[in-house]
Amino acid sequence: MSGFRLPTGGRVDRSRPVRFSFDGVSYTGFAGDTLASALLANGVMLFGRSFKYHRPRGLLAAGSEEPNALVSVDRGPGRFTPNLRATNVEVHEGLKAVSQNRWPSLKTDFGAINDRLGMFFPAGFYNKTFMWPRSFWDKLYEPAIRKIAGLGDAPTEDDPDQYAATHAHCDLLIIGAGPAGIDAALEAAGTNRRVTVIDEQDEAGGSALADPSLWQWLERSMKALNDAPNVTILTRTTAFGYYHDNFIGAVQRLTDHLPDDGDAPREKLWRIRAGEVILAQGAIERPLVFAGNDTPGVMLSSAAKTFANRYGVAVGKSVALMATHDSGWHDVFALAKAGVGIAAIIDVRDTVDADLLKQAADLRITVKLSHSVIGVSGRYGVKTIEIAHNDGTGIRSIACDALLMAGGWTPSVHLWSHSKGTLKWCDDIGAYVPDQPNENVRCVGACAGACNFGQGAVIDVLPTPMDQSRIKAFVDFQNDVTAKDIKLAVREGFRSIEHIKRYTTNGMATDQGKTSNLNGLQIASTALAKPITDIGLTTFRPPYTPQTFGALAGHAKGALFQATRTTNIDSWAEEHSAVFELVAQWRRARYFPKAGEDMHAAVNRECVAVRSSVGIFDASTLGKIEVVGPDAAEFLNRMYTNPWKALEPGRCRYGLLLKEDGFITDDGVSARLAPDRFHLTTTTGGAARVLNMMEDYLQTEWPDLNVWLTSTTEQYAVIALQGPNARKLLEPLVEGIDLSAEAFPHMAIREGAICGIPTRLFRVSFTGELGFEINVPTAYGRALWERIMAEGDRYDITPYGTETMHVLRAEKGFIIVGQDTDGTVTPYDASLDWAVGKKKLDFVGKRSLARPDIVAAGRKQLVGLLTDDPNVVLEEGAQIVADPNQPIPMKMIGHVTSSYWSATLGRSIAMALVAGGQDKMGETLHIPMPGKTHTAKISGMVFYDPQGARLNV
Amino acid sequence: MILIHCPYCDEKRAEIEFAYAGEAHISRPVDPSTYGDEEWERYLFIRANPKGRHHERWRHIHGCGRFFNAVRDTVTDKFETTYKAGEPRK
Repeated sequence: MSGFRLPTGGRVDRSRPVRFSFDGVSYTGFAGDTLASALLANGVMLFGRSFKYHRPRGLLAAGSEEPNALVSVDRGPGRFTPNLRATNVEVHEGLKAVSQNRWPSLKTDFGAINDRLGMFFPAGFYNKTFMWPRSFWDKLYEPAIRKIAGLGDAPTEDDPDQYAATHAHCDLLIIGAGPAGIDAALEAAGTNRRVTVIDEQDEAGGSALADPSLWQWLERSMKALNDAPNVTILTRTTAFGYYHDNFIGAVQRLTDHLPDDGDAPREKLWRIRAGEVILAQGAIERPLVFAGNDTPGVMLSSAAKTFANRYGVAVGKSVALMATHDSGWHDVFALAKAGVGIAAIIDVRDTVDADLLKQAADLRITVKLSHSVIGVSGRYGVKTIEIAHNDGTGIRSIACDALLMAGGWTPSVHLWSHSKGTLKWCDDIGAYVPDQPNENVRCVGACAGACNFGQGAVIDVLPTPMDQSRIKAFVDFQNDVTAKDIKLAVREGFRSIEHIKRYTTNGMATDQGKTSNLNGLQIASTALAKPITDIGLTTFRPPYTPQTFGALAGHAKGALFQATRTTNIDSWAEEHSAVFELVAQWRRARYFPKAGEDMHAAVNRECVAVRSSVGIFDASTLGKIEVVGPDAAEFLNRMYTNPWKALEPGRCRYGLLLKEDGFITDDGVSARLAPDRFHLTTTTGGAARVLNMMEDYLQTEWPDLNVWLTSTTEQYAVIALQGPNARKLLEPLVEGIDLSAEAFPHMAIREGAICGIPTRLFRVSFTGELGFEINVPTAYGRALWERIMAEGDRYDITPYGTETMHVLRAEKGFIIVGQDTDGTVTPYDASLDWAVGKKKLDFVGKRSLARPDIVAAGRKQLVGLLTDDPNVVLEEGAQIVADPNQPIPMKMIGHVTSSYWSATLGRSIAMALVAGGQDKMGETLHIPMPGKTHTAKISGMVFYDPQGARLNV
Repeated sequence: MILIHCPYCDEKRAEIEFAYAGEAHISRPVDPSTYGDEEWERYLFIRANPKGRHHERWRHIHGCGRFFNAVRDTVTDKFETTYKAGEPRK
C-alpha cells in the first residue's frame, strides 16, 4: 500500500464522503474525487492489465491522456461502458467500476503468461507468425488473439439511455479552460462577441486546479466569466474533432457523474460552428523510457502534483523522481511541502540550475545528477528502484513506493492537427508546435509552445548498462510497444514514421499516442540516424478521446433511425392486420392475411379476388410530379423515350425514362390534363431522383424552356380499384364523369368528384384488369377508402398489398424498374422497343442506344421463364447456366429477376435477364440450387391475357 | 462540415443543404446524333479528376433548389468561389 489521503488540501469536499466499488470491493472517497484519486487514497495502485503482455499497470497520468488505467463502469443492464479512463471517471455514491483484460482476476491474470513469453512477441509478431495455414486465421488465430489481447468487453444489450444533440453558433470558441483559455475568455468577455468556452473536466481551471496559489485568481476569473452575459461555459465537454470551416464536434457528459440520473439524457452532442477558435489545450508531460517504467507506482510527476494539490492524495509515502526536465523538480518541491516524503531526485543531466539544487538541499532531498533509473522492482507496486551513473558505474538501489517521471512537455496539438494547421519542430522543447493555421484559429498557452516550460534535456531512452535487447522499456503503454520494438522495425527496413507506427502499433491505441508519439519519434530518429524533421509526424485524427456511439447517434436509433413515410390509408391497413414492408422510406402493406393464412395463402386469395371481382390497393406512394408551362410537352418529349407532343388532353401514356447512358432509370404512367399541364407518376423509390434529374436538365441544359416542376407525391392519396367489377362499384360514387368504355377508355384521365371529393380519376391498370386509380387530396384518403370498402361489400371487395400487386403485374409481364432492371438494361433489352419514339430526333439517352456495346449481340435481355416443374418457384436472384454439367466455376448467363406462384395460372412464373435471351425462345436453361438443379424454358413475358381483352372492356 | 456559398441565396450554408452534381461546364450537345462514338464516350464518361482546382456543380437541394457552379480545391477541400449556372468558367 502506498497512496494515502493527505490530512489537508485538495479541492475535494471532505464533508461529503461517497461509497463506490472497484472489482466488487467497497471503498470510500470524497465528492470531487475521480476514481483514480479515490482509489489511490485507498492505497490501490493496480488499475489494469496491459493490452498485449497483461502486465500489471497503475496510473501514469491524472488526466485524459491516461493510457493504463482503463476501467469499465456498470450502471445496470445495457449501461455498461468499457474503456473509461479512471482519471476521468468522477466518483459518486454507488459507482460500480471493474477492471478489464484480466482473467480470472486483476491480481491473478492467466494472460500474464504473455509477459514471460515476451521475447516471442516482438513487433509484427502476429503478421509474421499467424500466416499459415490461411484457413486457421478466421477460426483459430484471430479469435484466440482477440480473447487474449483486448480492452474492455463490449456491452451486449441495447443501450437504454437517451442522448441529446444540439447545434450551436458562436463568434469565438475557446477550447480548454486552463489559465490560457480563461485569460482569452476574460479578454473577450467585455466585448459583444458570443463566446463559448468548453473544457473536458468537471471544473474549469485546467492546470490551475493543481496549483493552490492560483485558486483565488481562478475563483475571481470564473465569477467574472459566469457573470458575463456573452460567455457560455460548458464543462464535462470534450471537443473531440475539429472539422472544416471551424465546425467542432463536442460531447457533454450530463449524468454519468450523478448517483441518480433520473430520465435525463446521458450525453449531449454539440455541433458548434465558430467564427474564430482559440485552442488552449495545454501540454502533456512526457514519460521517460527505461526498464520497468510501466510498474504500478511509476507515473508522471505532474500527475503526482495534481493528485496531491487537487485531490489531497499522496501517490506514495516515499517518492523518487527521475527527471530530464526542471518541471519535475518543482513538482517534487510542491509534494514535499504538502507533506509527502521524497526519497531522491535523480536527474540524467550533469548540471541543473543552482536554485533547484539549493531548494532541494533546503528540503533535505537527496539529489543524484548524471544518473538514471535502470530498473524498478516490485510487480504490483514500486518497492525499490535501481539507479546507475550515466557511465554505467555506481549501481545502487533506492527504496521508495512511487517513482515520478519528468521528461519534459509535449504541446497538445491534436485539434490543431485536425484543422490541418501545419506544425514546426521546436528544438528547445523537443516537440512539434503549431505553425501556419488552415482555419480562423490560433493557439494560446502551453499548446502553442509559448509557455515557459523550464529547462530540460530531450532523451529518447535513458542510459543503462543493461543489455538493451533484454529489457522492456515502454514507449506506448496502452499498446504495449517498447523501445526495442521500434528499433526492430527500423532494423527490418521501415523508414517512414507512418510505417513504423503501423508495424509497431505505436500511437495507435485509444489514447492516440498522447504520451508516446514524441518518445517513439525520438527513438526512431536515433535508430535511423536522421533528424526528427526528416522522419515526419503521424497524423492526429478525431476523436481526441473515445466517445460513445450513443452520443454520436443521438436520437437516430430504433424507429427514429430513419424517417418512415406513411400514407393517409396506412392506419386502416394497420387496423386490418396488414403485414408491412419498406419500399424506399415508405411503409407499404404487403398483404392482408386473414386468420390462419400465411403469405402464400393470402396472396393467392387476393390475386384471385382481383381477377374475378374487384381489389382495392393503396397506391399513394407513387411518385407524382406536376409539370406545368407552355413548354411542358416539349420538355417531356426531350426527357422521355416516348413522343408526348401529340398526346391529347385527357389521355395517359406510359413513359420510359433513360439516363444519358441509355439505361432505364424510371417509368410510370403520366396524364395530360391540359395543353400546358401534365400529371406525371414515377416509381415509389424514384420520385426524388427523377425530379432532381428533370430539374437538372431544365435548369442547366434547357433554361430556355418555360416549365415548372412541382413534387405532388404527398398531395394525393391514390386508391387503385382493379378487377372486372371496378366500374360497377365506382359508377354510383362518381359525379361528373362518364365511366362508360366509350367515354372513358383505357389510358385516359378525367377530373370530377367522387363522394363529393374533387378527384383526378385515371383509367389505368397495373394488373391487366379493368382498373381505375383515384387521386384525391391526401387528407380524404382513408375516408374515401372506407366508403369504397363499404360500397364494395356486395362485390366482396378485397384489399390487396404490394406482394399481390407484384404477382398480378408479373402475370402481365409489366416490369418493375430496379427489380427487373439493374441500371444496365436498355429499352431493347427489356422488350420495350414500342415505348421508344422511332421518329424522335433526340431524347435523353437516345444517342447512347447506338453505342457499340449496346447494339452488340449477346446482351442480357429480359425474358419470361417457365419451370419444367410448374410447382417449382425459382428463387429471385438465382443464377442461370446453359450447361449444368460444366465444371465449377460455371459460366453464368443470367439471373432470375422476378418469380412468383401464379394462382390464376396454377403454376409458377418468372422473369429473368439472360444473355441473348430474346433469340432463345423455347430453349431450356438450368438454375443450379443447393441440392438440385432446376430446368426452365425461355418464354415471352406476358403470361396472362396476351391480347389485353380484359383491359378493353 | 464545409460551408458553401449559394450564389442564388447569397448565403453561406452548411454542406448538408447541398448535393454534389459532378463536373461543371460539360454541356449536352445540341444534337447528340452528330457525335461519333468516341466523342460521345468523352461526353458521357471522361472527367477531369484534377488534383487542385476543380470546376464542379452543386445543387442547393434543401434550399432554393438551384444548380450552380463552384471552384473547389480537391486537396484542401476549400471553395475558391461559387457562381451561377450559365456564367463563364472561373
